[in-house]
Amino acid sequence: MSRIAACFARLDGKKALIPFITAGDPHPALTVELMHGLVDGGADIIELGVPFSDPMADGPVIQRASERALLHKVGLRDVLAMVAQFRQTNTTTPVVLMGYLNPVFVMGYASFAAQAREAGVDGVLTVDCPPEEAAELSAALIAADLDPVFLIAPTTPEARVREIARHARGYVYYVSLKGVTGAGNLDIDDVARKIAALRAHIQVPIGVGFGIRDAATAKAISVTADAVVVGSRLVQEIEAATEQTAKERLTGLVAELKAAIL
Amino acid sequence: MERYDLPDANGHFGPYGGVYVAETLMAALDELKNEYERVKADPTFWEEFRHELKHYVGRPSPIYHARRWSEQLGGAQIFFKREDLNHTGAHKISNAIGQALLARRMGKKRVIAETGAGQHGVATATVAARYGMECFVYMGAEDIKRQSPNVFRMKLLGATVVPVESGSKTLKDALNEAMRDWVTNVDSTFYILGTAAGPHPYPMMVRDFLSVIGEESKEQMPEVAGRQPDVVVACVGGGSNAIGMFYPYINVDGVRMVGVEAGGHGIASGMHAAPLSGGAGVGVLHGAKSYLMQDANGQVVETHSVSAGLDYPGVGPEHSYLKDIGRAEYVAIDDQEALSAFHDCCHLEGIIPALESSHALAWAAKVAPTMGKDKVILVNLSGRGDKDINTVAGLAGITL
Repeated sequence: MSRIAACFARLDGKKALIPFITAGDPHPALTVELMHGLVDGGADIIELGVPFSDPMADGPVIQRASERALLHKVGLRDVLAMVAQFRQTNTTTPVVLMGYLNPVFVMGYASFAAQAREAGVDGVLTVDCPPEEAAELSAALIAADLDPVFLIAPTTPEARVREIARHARGYVYYVSLKGVTGAGNLDIDDVARKIAALRAHIQVPIGVGFGIRDAATAKAISVTADAVVVGSRLVQEIEAATEQTAKERLTGLVAELKAAIL
Repeated sequence: MERYDLPDANGHFGPYGGVYVAETLMAALDELKNEYERVKADPTFWEEFRHELKHYVGRPSPIYHARRWSEQLGGAQIFFKREDLNHTGAHKISNAIGQALLARRMGKKRVIAETGAGQHGVATATVAARYGMECFVYMGAEDIKRQSPNVFRMKLLGATVVPVESGSKTLKDALNEAMRDWVTNVDSTFYILGTAAGPHPYPMMVRDFLSVIGEESKEQMPEVAGRQPDVVVACVGGGSNAIGMFYPYINVDGVRMVGVEAGGHGIASGMHAAPLSGGAGVGVLHGAKSYLMQDANGQVVETHSVSAGLDYPGVGPEHSYLKDIGRAEYVAIDDQEALSAFHDCCHLEGIIPALESSHALAWAAKVAPTMGKDKVILVNLSGRGDKDINTVAGLAGITL
């Protein structure tokens, strides 16, 4: 069983908390510590952002995180090295890389998949690679026992949901709103209706992210979703902290969110 | 060569193009593709389009024989396709009208655009005023500084110009920000993309709307020059004016096609904007796979050009394909060469060309002397240079 499947099996109906941070933010030397800090707070799965120069789907908070990481020239190879280091002391918490296609494309799909597997990555979500363009990448990931994670949006029609369901492994990531990460227009009732409709087609767990800013919204989302993804809010916490306090503050915030969700 | 018929149904030009966007935009791009397929087969749409081009833009734009310059160079005869004479001063308006008419058919009342030099922003602001649409133009903060006359023009036309402070604060970042707006307001908004790049169906649609450049040229050249050109040449940033000129000539044997990229401080310096001719690899940016200026980690690098409209690290996917199959050639002209052609064109022909177009002019001026006097070069003079006078004055140490 993959680490992601094992994680959901272990939760046995309890909801997963999936925090997101950008690798290399605020400093590459801190990332592995921060990942452990997320686990200490109760993270079930970690989404680790791969910095990219042109993060088109991200709001200003995660854009700035990418820019801070890129000041230190953090590339995909560095991110894989961070995961490998994390795996030296944590062999159970799944790690999903989230980012844009170009760094992966430039490394080469097969080479990336093999190196990611070796480092201990469990899933890969490339924001700008919809199923239409993903055949080659997905095949390489699956051949290396990695789960390709796909997005579903409020605008995704039913026929596409069925198509995405055929390709999705690990979990699907439902984008809770029309907008970029960290936007403020989350409509909880709408999300609940959409998730209920997705259940007809989607066999893997459904995570929900974008716009989840506090314990109350995390809890409300967890009523219908299998997993709650929180990104921008955590990155803001890193932004507000010093390098000394970042881990402690992240752990505290994750614990608060974990306690709130069902 | 076999009849050229691309892109395929999924927007691919060989290995290039495609639809590399976040899931939220997929339905909107599907809707756009379907609507465009419908209007493609609807003669009333094209009648209205041609009517607008004739009565609002002033098309067809003339072809002009640059006699003095040709004579001075002593070789091939140089002709200009006078896209600078279009309403708003560049080829961009023809694309903006096509997309705005499509937006109107789709019931979208709000349009957005990205702009580099400001020419596409002005074109979009213009059509938004003409058709009564709300208009937001995203423009890099750096470009706002170097193209202030166009910024004011857009404001006069009723558009909101949104400065983009992220990344390199130029065209690519403006495109990112326009995409972010679109993903947020996808139900109400039509994204009028300004170049033949981006996700399918944009590269195809922009090409089709701008093919009027090459179609007119094909009709006009026999009359003006007595025959079709030996070479057509156009500058390439994203590549919209070039593909508009090239596309109708792709199946015409014996016509050489040359795209001129921005060589900036010179290819060897690394400070340029020439993904096709500067040795860049292939990558994925802004919704399509194409040649892309990037580092070893796949991060997009900053580009350099005296011309804001060419200052872009990527290029339309069809150009990548035309390069690979050898149907078009791509070369670079550096800042100094472009500026020198700019001044020559002013002095010898009484035409102030855009700095973008000056790159194509510079290549023609460089190559003409190596060709016989009976040879013909057609340069797409894609825009006028009034917008660039502050930049050119600044380089000469003059404050206007």
